[in-house]
Amino acid sequence: MIVNSLGRELPEKIGDYIVRPYMGPATTPALTAPVVTRRTAGHRVPGDIKLKASLKDAVIASGLKDGMTISFHHCFREGDRVIGQVLTVIRELGIKSLRFAPSAVVNIKNPSIVDFVRDGTIDRIEASGIRGQLGDAVLDGEMEKPVILRTHGARPRAIEAGELQIDVAFIGASAADDYGNCTGQIGPNACGSMGYSFVDAHNAGCVIVITDNLVEYPCIPVSISQQYVDFVVKVDTIGDPAKIGAGAARLTKNPRDLMIAERTVDLIAASRRFKEGFSFQTGAGAISIASTKYLADRMRERGVKASFALGGVPAAIIDMYDEGLVRVVECSQSFDAVAAQAIFSRPGVLEIDNADYANAYSKGGFLNREDFGVLGALEVDTDFNVNILTGSSGEMMGGLGGGPDVAGGAQISIVTLPVVRGRTPSIVKKVFTLCTPGETIAAVVTEAGIALNPKHKNYQELREDLEQTSLKLITIQELQHLAESMTGVPKPIETTGKVACIVEYRDGTVIDVIREVKK
Amino acid sequence: MAKSELMRTSLYAGGTSPIKMIQAGFYNEDCLVYDLEDSVSAGEKDAARFLVYNAVKYQRPENKYILIRVNGIYSEYLDEDLEAAVRAQPDAIRIPKVEYAEEVKRIDKRMTEIERKAGLPVGQIQIWCNIESYQGVLNAREIATASPRVAAMALGAEDFTASMTAQRTKPGWEIFYARNAVLMACREAGISAQDAVFSDINDSEGLQTDLQMTRTLGFDGKTCVHPRQIDTVNACFTPSQKEIRNAQRVLEALEEAAKNHTGVCTLDGGMVDKPMELRARCTLAKAEAAGIKMGGQTK
Repeated sequence: MIVNSLGRELPEKIGDYIVRPYMGPATTPALTAPVVTRRTAGHRVPGDIKLKASLKDAVIASGLKDGMTISFHHCFREGDRVIGQVLTVIRELGIKSLRFAPSAVVNIKNPSIVDFVRDGTIDRIEASGIRGQLGDAVLDGEMEKPVILRTHGARPRAIEAGELQIDVAFIGASAADDYGNCTGQIGPNACGSMGYSFVDAHNAGCVIVITDNLVEYPCIPVSISQQYVDFVVKVDTIGDPAKIGAGAARLTKNPRDLMIAERTVDLIAASRRFKEGFSFQTGAGAISIASTKYLADRMRERGVKASFALGGVPAAIIDMYDEGLVRVVECSQSFDAVAAQAIFSRPGVLEIDNADYANAYSKGGFLNREDFGVLGALEVDTDFNVNILTGSSGEMMGGLGGGPDVAGGAQISIVTLPVVRGRTPSIVKKVFTLCTPGETIAAVVTEAGIALNPKHKNYQELREDLEQTSLKLITIQELQHLAESMTGVPKPIETTGKVACIVEYRDGTVIDVIREVKK
Repeated sequence: MAKSELMRTSLYAGGTSPIKMIQAGFYNEDCLVYDLEDSVSAGEKDAARFLVYNAVKYQRPENKYILIRVNGIYSEYLDEDLEAAVRAQPDAIRIPKVEYAEEVKRIDKRMTEIERKAGLPVGQIQIWCNIESYQGVLNAREIATASPRVAAMALGAEDFTASMTAQRTKPGWEIFYARNAVLMACREAGISAQDAVFSDINDSEGLQTDLQMTRTLGFDGKTCVHPRQIDTVNACFTPSQKEIRNAQRVLEALEEAAKNHTGVCTLDGGMVDKPMELRARCTLAKAEAAGIKMGGQTK
């Protein structure tokens, strides 16, 4: 056993996986070796045809074999119909033991990913999170090899470091031409930004674009260029538009969530960084959408405009752009139909490569220039460590997403959550799964007050700013006691020794592992 | 017992929902009312009583004025409600549908008996009377002074209009007299006057209009039917910076006049009289109670 700098006990080796323990948010140096890619140069001549008659033909043409790695993006969210179709074809071809490496596992049904795990088509998963039926199956020990969970920023790092080499990338696109130029911005199943697909397109051994909307050559607008694409397939449908556009919560009426959102914006507005040209991201949960609304109100009152808004973008941010409150919207993902169409129709709403959004090991990274990042959480502990993966019974509830990246990049990272959910405390002594290191969290905002993290790099500044206000400051220990006084102390979740999931930090070190839950 | 001087807002939390009861403690209401009456069905009265007792006794939110609303004076539940409520030691017990001073006296007596039996300090728990019928309005003066425990009266507009066979409307002219009658009785007794609820939680403009009447008449607070109304109602009863500054100027002018032994005090060309001084002191007291920072205030 080894112990990382956050006190988590980790095995030295998990199967073939050598554990490098997390030692701090910025301790791993940049890679000096050249970027690893499986992309080949290719050679196309006039008259070449990339369009394949069926998915089966495209999979055969890709040379996919047992044990290889396949990837998908999750921009169609719960409305995705690409993953199920592709896996079904792969199963029909008898290809087994694949490493399934989507940008995130969406909770699709009929067929479910679990079916392909059970029949051996998939034997490894590397993604941002697993939940629903698949999450239950993994924690119940149905997969022999542990799932590797990576943040949105850690995935492109792992690909370029050669830790996750993609053999075949399947890229669903809401419009594509027969030579592979494609986009998510137009068409009946528009999903907006295809930010997660760039790194796959640039580095996979073979790239197959799948669309239900084959458009005249050349496709315009274009997100992924023909030069990266090997084959194109037209299918009947790639998604359910109602579910694709259901990524963002509506403005909540829950008074508790509204109160937390208002306090979050009070905190932002009290900061010296809330000034002309500031930057932010608020996300898409219920509290986040309400925070966006309150932030817009406060910007109007104070006459402050933002230079850019970042990340997963809902309609509320597009409204701010239209009103002139935000100069540029950098979309790594579009959460609803309004945001999806905005990239095509507004010059300052841009589709960005997810690697340029969140990868700490590139020469860019918008997060490094972000002032405020608002994050959700399932649990926070008294060291400000955050759990965004597992629920009160140890079940898989969500994905890492970009949360740890935002916390690591933004100058002021704010976690918003209620003190208790139902009969479960949200502020605990020790989170069940550690996903985001506490040292990267500046503040926790709850209905019972705001806790500032004395170990955060901008603590002094934030404390000075908030002491000028009447905002209620409370220690994280007081919040934890309050939560515990209301709910009692939950019985610890009992686990076996077997590791079901490895949680990697942005730099590829292991921040925690999730062990199988005892039945 | 932590008591707030402010009674701008009171919020009901149903006695059968632990989550709502816990959550209610985090909103900005000055007074939190744990309810055993209307929000609790007949089959759940025992459970609610037990839950509310424990919530008040062991999970009491800090810095709030805590009330328990018991069931009606003639209901079969009242005795057990009082037994539990008094032992839980809230700041006040809220009595629904009070119509006669005698009813308050009876409850006061019963509360005293329970306090003695339980070895609790006698008379510390206050009473809020809900005035919800024409009979209650007509007897408001006697009710307000029926017991030294009576700390507030609150108008219940829905039941009142029903007792009058009147229509309940948003402009509220049908309760205009009742509002004034209750308010004057409160002023005479020196207790807090609480206005009727505004029931449409989705009509924020309607609430603002209703609050203009509430504040203009002189009420001290208002019951909220939903947490969303709290901040709006609190703001209505909290003096604005302009009002605070004006009040400070009035007191500064009076101080200056006293220093100079001037018989008549003037401000901006007008005379400062006793009512102006009273209003100014009242404004500053409200601002202070609301925790507003005031610079250069005259004491």
